[in-house]
Amino acid sequence: MTYALQTRNLFKRFGGFLATNDVTLNVAEGARHALIGPNGAGKTTLINLLTGFLEPTSGSVILKNEDVTRQPQHRRVKRGLARTFQINRLFADMTALQSVILAVNERRGIAGHWWRPVSAHGEAIDDAASLLSQLGLLEVAHVPTKDLPYGKQRLIEIALALAAQPSVLLLDEPAAGVPTGESRELFETIARLPREVTVLLIEHDMDLVFRFADRISVLVAGALLTEDVPDMIAADPRVREVYLGDAGHG
Amino acid sequence: MTRRDASRWHPAEYAFWALPIVAYFVFPDHLALLAQIAIAALFAVSLDLILGYAGIVSLGHAAFFGIGAYAAGLLAQAGWGDPVLGLACATLAAAVTGFATSFLVLRGADLTRLMVTLGVASMLYVLANKLTDITGGLDGLQGVEMKPIFGQFAFDLYGKTAYVYCTIILFVMFWIARRVVHSPFGLSLQGIRQNAVRMPALGTPVNARLVAVYTLGAAYAGIAGALLTQTTQFVSIDVFSFSRSAEVLLILVLGGIGSLYGGILGAVVFMTVHEYLSGIDPLYWQFWLGLLLIVVVLFARGGIMGTLRLASKVRA
Amino acid sequence: MTVLFDGIASGLLLFLISVGLSVTLGLMNFVNLAHGAFAMLGGYVCVVLLNRYGVPFLATLPIAMIVSALAGVVLERTLYRRLYGAPHLDQVLFSIGLVFMSISTANYFFGDHQQPLHLPPMLSGQFHVAGADIGAYRLFLIVVGLVLAGGLQWLVTGTKFGASLRAAVDNPRIARGLGIDVDRVFVVTFALGSALAALGGALGIEMLGLDPEFPITYIVYFLIVVAVGGSGNIKGSLIASLILGICDVEGKYYVPQIGAFVIYLVMVVTLIFRPQGLFGRMAAK
Repeated sequence: MTYALQTRNLFKRFGGFLATNDVTLNVAEGARHALIGPNGAGKTTLINLLTGFLEPTSGSVILKNEDVTRQPQHRRVKRGLARTFQINRLFADMTALQSVILAVNERRGIAGHWWRPVSAHGEAIDDAASLLSQLGLLEVAHVPTKDLPYGKQRLIEIALALAAQPSVLLLDEPAAGVPTGESRELFETIARLPREVTVLLIEHDMDLVFRFADRISVLVAGALLTEDVPDMIAADPRVREVYLGDAGHG
Repeated sequence: MTRRDASRWHPAEYAFWALPIVAYFVFPDHLALLAQIAIAALFAVSLDLILGYAGIVSLGHAAFFGIGAYAAGLLAQAGWGDPVLGLACATLAAAVTGFATSFLVLRGADLTRLMVTLGVASMLYVLANKLTDITGGLDGLQGVEMKPIFGQFAFDLYGKTAYVYCTIILFVMFWIARRVVHSPFGLSLQGIRQNAVRMPALGTPVNARLVAVYTLGAAYAGIAGALLTQTTQFVSIDVFSFSRSAEVLLILVLGGIGSLYGGILGAVVFMTVHEYLSGIDPLYWQFWLGLLLIVVVLFARGGIMGTLRLASKVRA
Repeated sequence: MTVLFDGIASGLLLFLISVGLSVTLGLMNFVNLAHGAFAMLGGYVCVVLLNRYGVPFLATLPIAMIVSALAGVVLERTLYRRLYGAPHLDQVLFSIGLVFMSISTANYFFGDHQQPLHLPPMLSGQFHVAGADIGAYRLFLIVVGLVLAGGLQWLVTGTKFGASLRAAVDNPRIARGLGIDVDRVFVVTFALGSALAALGGALGIEMLGLDPEFPITYIVYFLIVVAVGGSGNIKGSLIASLILGICDVEGKYYVPQIGAFVIYLVMVVTLIFRPQGLFGRMAAK
């Protein structure tokens, strides 16, 4: 088994609070891996450690057999690790197209080019436009992000991550705040991603998780409780107790 | 709605750049002032690159203006009075200073950046003041003698050469800046200004970009400083002063941040009003300047450019 | 020894003037570069009353404080409050505008020369203690400065108003939730800060001088106090002011070549390595 993304004995301490407690996680290549757990379990913190948004107190992060613990975020992105944020982090005054071009330019390694105009880099624009069309954003390509409804903004958030053409994609509650109809479309888009792309997903909607994931890890109070295939997780009484039961999800 | 490619030149822009030529013939008695306007405009454009596009606030941008001014002055004093060589050396000196100090403004919120830039400019002011042997201290740098440009065009008493020289440099530098801001690099700077936290997650090396643009802005400011030295054949220590840093910020805000043209328009209005009001009484000038600044901040955040845009939208 | 004494006196002056700025920044996150203008106002009130109307020096001080406090309240209610929550750049530009207006107004009424100050005889003498010459006025400054610093510390840690102030500085939103009238706390603090600045400005004429450029000349000093002391931190401001005052006076005395340079350097280095100030709390974020 080869792993796309691993952690070894990862700890993160904020003052006296242990947000990540000895997490050793293995995400197989090509997996649709879900990370679930009650609110405050430290799921987002874990994502932040994986991407380099936060530095771990100790332990290591391994991306495709390479230790990236000390690498800054942008290097990890260059190595194929992209993410979305739980709360949109977008470019309010840019249009959808401009935002995505920004991300595409970065992947194509032309974002530092300072002489020819953006409009002269036709391939990047084509890439961005085709991504927008995949996500149904083409009609609003020229609307400033801040004027778009929340659902569309959420799609831009995803588009920015996909623009990196990641081999490992971390999705932090991608459907949060998206109307039900659109969230189904959203997951279809994610499901259509090529099998080589490894996906690690945080999601609260258990229907979506069980439909989408082929592997589930349960995080409780910063530590991994268990990891298994969906059926076994659903049957696990401990999981029911700490998560499914008291959080009220069916 | 057809979308215009912003990197293409708009007809209004051609018209705008015809104005300096018109001005040359209409105001032959004010060419010295017009040259000063061009210098102030270039200085404002340099600040716009780092503030308007990359979002780095600075209360010490005069640091680079001053480095450029002294570099050009010292070079000419030492006998290398060729203006173009002077510009090149001043640009380099300011760029090196900008690069070295850029690492101080990478981290920190606006307030930290404001104070750090202010501190750097203040340090240079003190240095220039103390190194009297080299800089002339408070008396300024004397004996700056400029040779003719390309050995052909000598600086004349009416300021004709100076005006044409400054305007051409302004235009060339503006043209380059315009290309830079419309390039992918320029787009990524805007991304950093609008959401610096998100950028690394797109794969952007944010610090490298900021270092690059800060160095570029510093180089631009150095050119403006060198032009001032070369056209006035003198360097005063206030090239490093707080007032100069505050003034360029004000010119840019008055004209409108983040459009390159804002800095130029701001310089035209600011310098003209300055000339007129301080002709009446220098004291009034400062009073009205302060009032204007407060009014702009409270009621017209977009400055002249913002107001123009608003007006054209209302008409459309 | 004499130099050290001068340094302490000048440090306490800086403290009086800057403490208001520090609290404004900590409380409302407002960068008020015009703070020095309130000190200048106090200075001019003092000089005018003393030289034109023959009011005794000590009696001019409370009047200067009241005038400046009133000016502070009026400006806070009409202008400053509009920019709470605005970007720091806007606040900086706005307050630079105020500085320019105050400079030209002062220039218009009083001219651009240094204002003379004739101290009363009982404050202008000198003592000889342990081989050092100690100016009576320096001693007076130190006593006043320490008394006020102590008073402020008591006000902030020992009174209900102080508790509200600390709560508001820590987290304005939660303070509001607890029923603290943050707006009112701020007006009072602003007035108090302006009054202290005025007192510092008046007391400082003899040491710092007084001319229309005062708000710009000392702007960096006030900012350094805030930067090093940590915004909203009274004890930090006091320590930072003392260090700054002593270094400044000693520096000018012993190493006149690089004194001021070192001060700016300390500010920049502090900001880079401890953005929250040497004595500031660790930032919550």
